[in-house]
Amino acid sequence: MEIAGHSLHRLRERLVEGIDGPLFALALALTAIGMAALYSASYENAARLAAQLGNLAVALVAMWLVAQIPPQTLLRLAVPAYVVALALLLGVALAGEVVNGARRWLNLGIGRFQPSEIMKIAMPLMLAWYFHCREGSIRLRDFALAAVLLAVPVLLVARQPDLGTALLIACAGFSVIFFAGLSWRVLAGLGVLVLAALAPLWGMLHDYQRRRILTLLDPTTDPLGSGYHIIQSTIAVGSGGFTGKGWLNGSQTHLEFIPERATDFIFAVFSEEFGLIGNVVLLTLYALLIARGLSIAAQAPTMFTRLLAGAVTLIFFTYAFVNMGMVAGILPVVGLPLPFISYGGSALATLYIGIGILMSIYRHRNLVQT
Amino acid sequence: MRFAELKNYQSELRAFQLRLGLAGFMVLAAFGLLLARFIWLQVVQHDAYRAKADENRIAVVPVAPSRGLILDRNGEVLARNTLAYTLEIFPAQVKDLEATIAALAEYVDIQPRDRARFRKLLQETRNAESLPIRTRLSDEEVARIAVNRWRFTGVDIRARLFRQYPHGDVASHALGYIGRVTTRDQERLEELGDAANYRGTDYIGKAGIEASYQQELHGITGFERVEIDAAGRGVRTLSGTASQPGNNIGLTLDIRLQEVAEAAFGERRGALVAIEPASGGVLAFVSKPGYDPNLFVDGIDPLSWEALNNSADLPLTNRAIAGVYPPGSTFKPFMALAALELGKRTPRSTIHDPGYFVFGDRRFRDSKPGGHGAVDLYKSIVMSSDTYYYMLANDLGIDAIAGFMKRFGFGARTGIDLEGEATGILPSPEWKMARFKRPEQQRWYAGETISIGIGQGYNAYTPAQLAQAMATLANNGAMFKPRLVSNVDNTRTGERRTLEPELVRQVTLKAEHIEFIKRAMIGVTKEGTGARAFAGAQYTSGGKTGTAQVIAMKQNEKYDESKVAERLRDHSLYIAFAPAEGPKIALAVLVENGGFGARAAAPIARTVLDYFLLGKLPAAAKRPVPEIEVDSDAESD
Repeated sequence: MEIAGHSLHRLRERLVEGIDGPLFALALALTAIGMAALYSASYENAARLAAQLGNLAVALVAMWLVAQIPPQTLLRLAVPAYVVALALLLGVALAGEVVNGARRWLNLGIGRFQPSEIMKIAMPLMLAWYFHCREGSIRLRDFALAAVLLAVPVLLVARQPDLGTALLIACAGFSVIFFAGLSWRVLAGLGVLVLAALAPLWGMLHDYQRRRILTLLDPTTDPLGSGYHIIQSTIAVGSGGFTGKGWLNGSQTHLEFIPERATDFIFAVFSEEFGLIGNVVLLTLYALLIARGLSIAAQAPTMFTRLLAGAVTLIFFTYAFVNMGMVAGILPVVGLPLPFISYGGSALATLYIGIGILMSIYRHRNLVQT
Repeated sequence: MRFAELKNYQSELRAFQLRLGLAGFMVLAAFGLLLARFIWLQVVQHDAYRAKADENRIAVVPVAPSRGLILDRNGEVLARNTLAYTLEIFPAQVKDLEATIAALAEYVDIQPRDRARFRKLLQETRNAESLPIRTRLSDEEVARIAVNRWRFTGVDIRARLFRQYPHGDVASHALGYIGRVTTRDQERLEELGDAANYRGTDYIGKAGIEASYQQELHGITGFERVEIDAAGRGVRTLSGTASQPGNNIGLTLDIRLQEVAEAAFGERRGALVAIEPASGGVLAFVSKPGYDPNLFVDGIDPLSWEALNNSADLPLTNRAIAGVYPPGSTFKPFMALAALELGKRTPRSTIHDPGYFVFGDRRFRDSKPGGHGAVDLYKSIVMSSDTYYYMLANDLGIDAIAGFMKRFGFGARTGIDLEGEATGILPSPEWKMARFKRPEQQRWYAGETISIGIGQGYNAYTPAQLAQAMATLANNGAMFKPRLVSNVDNTRTGERRTLEPELVRQVTLKAEHIEFIKRAMIGVTKEGTGARAFAGAQYTSGGKTGTAQVIAMKQNEKYDESKVAERLRDHSLYIAFAPAEGPKIALAVLVENGGFGARAAAPIARTVLDYFLLGKLPAAAKRPVPEIEVDSDAESD
């Protein structure tokens, strides 16, 4: 009996080992909120909830597995991951399935998946590895090359077209470059360049993407078309008021006024039902999660782990900020889900893998790498 | 690690942590921005958004009113509403229209005509939520669809009120028809500020009384407050205001008289307007050919529309008010009256009619070769002498003629309560000046006055104007505005609003002059050009025949080669009033290309008067009127 008890104890320890308490708690809390919102948004469809629980199970397993991988191994995996992801993106560009007017999916015998999801992790890995190798002697041209390494996948993804994911990958990559020590002068210069490039960039955008940005400025110009999302979601958010209409009581939601209410626009459901108070709680949870991530980054032992942790944390931030900004009508509509809340298996898995990476980094914080 | 390296490492770490801190700060700032936005939406603007959410939730759904009926003077129903089931498709909810229609065709009979009509509706009406593919489903068809309804999305059966015209094409131009509201109708309604009352109304009057009394007939739309979802589907009804049905319109027409008049035309084209002189009430209003307004009710299919629109007979043209024709010799009584009033002639003024009149180097010929010999004013009307009136026109001069005729309403709209009335042409130097561009065309030549006297030249009037002039004369100069509608009944309160006769003007005429002209016109029916047609009449009527040279109509006209000869023939006209003492009816009838006035038009007038005064219906077998030249009024050069 003792041995069995001891084994169980050992099993429990082994499971818990490497799992950072605060991170895990925050992630789970957010996920739980997401379940409640999803239940409402899916009109109390238990099947949806069950599916998301299944997604969660997969994500948790992925998280645990990644948390067990020491950063040194991650370092070794960086380049292969990037190359594979890039190859898959090229594969999509050449032979991908078109769904809803966008070519984002690859169909391998086992199922469909989006290579751009893999790139979300592979990009910061790759760039972090890159700068880590040049630690101590990073020069301007290294940054330039990093920019190229970043630009190619971003453009491939933007071409699909998937503006939201492209933006995310760009932010992830850029934050690595930033944290790696890109000189302030170059940053300023880049800023100027970006402003100058806005015009030609505008020209490159698809019609519907342009319209999205224009309707942001005045959604009422196209109330039944591209402005519809924004108008409906801001009505939902605004009508929630201070305390919200109560769980399962959102009229905008339940009368089918909010499109994509279980995925990209689930924040509208949440705001309508839980009001300003709910939003403050949500913001706080995200802020705490990001704070934890940044603190892990601050304590990370190597350049690789520092950069990686910083980038992953900012990925969480980008997701949250862009999605909530879009639903509240201050950012153009791009298809980014709300992290841990929106329905979707691959997004959830990617997020929990990110959490796992942070956990792994934190666990190995006392190791010094030469 | 060497010390220097360690120091480097330290500073790098510091730099990194600085940037981390910066990133953290940016995150806080961004979240702060979000928080500010949330506060803005959820606290500051909360009320506004809550109202908007409510607005989203509750839609105001219009309830269409039921259209008023149209009745004749004896209460006979001319236009009514019947309930029928329609099979309707919601285009917004259907992915593949063709497939859905094909699938529906397995349960319900769908003709190519129905498909064509549906497609036309799809193009024309953009606001409609659902459009009918089949109307007037039989009970069996309704059952079949109801049972199989689950197979389809975006398809439904609706019970709708349909306009029905029990008398078919009789009085079609007076009644008009209704059709679907088009974008153009919509714009007009918005200009009138009445658009709100037409939400939910699919049909609007397009012609005839249906159009000119649209507002009275339509009623007031009711509204229901319904909770809806974003697709506009009603979830439940919250409250509402009932609609108010349209008013019933009573016409002055007698449908039996109308039927008699239309039958008398047979297959011939033309028009007849009969007016009650003392009130202006229109007793009969004929324009042939007519059309069946029932065709339009469902939305006319393109084939039928093509047939109607492109027919050389122009069935959609309301000849009674929109067709302009030279009056021919029917103009002569008015010319004679002008002569008397202006002192240019007396009843005893006699001329010798050799069969022509010379003016300048031109010879205007009388239609009777050799002329009528000695002609006084009385005989000039009874025998219809052209020479007399060539001379008279020359003596009066165009200004005097135009001035006099204007008072009888020639060259002006009668003001009848229908849309689309033509003004006609009362020739005068002023008119010519305005009409033509080149100076040589703008001048009035004295020679042009000559043919005016016999109702040719530029003279062009509508049958309605002629009838009105005849009624005015019969009424001793009192001109009442012709109207089709006698009363408007409020279906809710039962209140009846009777339209009063409207005196347009009193033409001052000497009693003895009027008496003289009337006597002469009675003479026409007893011993003159109309004698044959009115032989054996059991009442005394006055009239005048007319034969008008053909002038091309202003509308698009297509000539069929084989019909060219027919369409070049003269028009046959007749004006009449009866009984001679205290006239109760005054009419003008025109038969296009009918030849001599006595041949075609006068017998129709006889038939109409027989029925109106005696209730006598025409004999089943009609004997053709023999072609004997009783008079010929045609001018020939």
